[in-house]
Amino acid sequence: MPAFYGKCISSRLMLGTAQYPSPAILAEAFRRSDAGIATVSVRREAGGEQAGQDFWALIQELGVAVLPNTAGCHSVREAVTTAQMARELFDTNWIKLEVIGHADTLQPDPFGLVDAARRLNDDGFEVFPYCTEDLVLCERLVEAGCQVLMPWGAPIGSGLGLNNVYGLRSLRAHFPDLTLVVDAGLGLPSQAAHVMELGYDAVLVNTAVARAGDPVAMAKGFACAVEAGALAAGADPMEPRDMAAPSTPVLGQAFL
Amino acid sequence: MKLVVNGEAVDSTATTLADLLAELGKEQAKVATAVNEEFVPAGLRAAQALNEGDRVEIVAPRQGG
Repeated sequence: MPAFYGKCISSRLMLGTAQYPSPAILAEAFRRSDAGIATVSVRREAGGEQAGQDFWALIQELGVAVLPNTAGCHSVREAVTTAQMARELFDTNWIKLEVIGHADTLQPDPFGLVDAARRLNDDGFEVFPYCTEDLVLCERLVEAGCQVLMPWGAPIGSGLGLNNVYGLRSLRAHFPDLTLVVDAGLGLPSQAAHVMELGYDAVLVNTAVARAGDPVAMAKGFACAVEAGALAAGADPMEPRDMAAPSTPVLGQAFL
Repeated sequence: MKLVVNGEAVDSTATTLADLLAELGKEQAKVATAVNEEFVPAGLRAAQALNEGDRVEIVAPRQGG
């Protein structure tokens, strides 16, 4: 099972908590899938609103590890301040660091990401950077102190799956011992299984589950797929070949 | 004194961040704070003076991906 900064989590599935039809469905999706980590955010609370307090009570009842994010931050300063507020609110050094560089694709800003990661690591945070699969960027993040990397599969919320299988495989090969999680862009459980077959440690999904017609069933589907993929990765898969090779013994076939 | 709290103009008599939270009924709430883009830990709110035009952010736990 994967370890995140020394903490073992008994599930390879991480779930986001946004966009569910109701809090009850969110809670049931976690229960059915046995997801081990929930991502959360910090947002302004207007007037007498108590939504944040209610949400926090719900998350505590789930009994999962909490990974706050810096979603929506476009600058290093925003991301660092948001991380500091999240650390106090959620009482954890974990931070899913997002520094967004492009409004349409929500692609990470690699330069800001490394800068923010360095500052946060120096400040005692345990940083989970949402990054691309760019090898040089990932090397810089590791140099900045990151022990977990979370490359995207495709743009957040797109459901496109794995846009660069080669890049993800290459990243795994370059960092055999680092905890690697595909964070964004998955739409179907089969894509999550593929991530695990590439030797990744975990996947994080949100929109694909929350926006499904039946989020609870989809959460369970992702959980099964992640498990299947992890089993396959550990089972030393066969090498693909171009030509057919009969699986039924040829020897002893009747001459008819 | 005019402040900007969570992006909205607010008229307040509070002189510290802790006073402002009390004025808003949030002194016991699970919130985190920043003033002029700098994080202010809960333990320093009483010592954090507020000045005309300060931008205060008060955030709470929320759903996220």
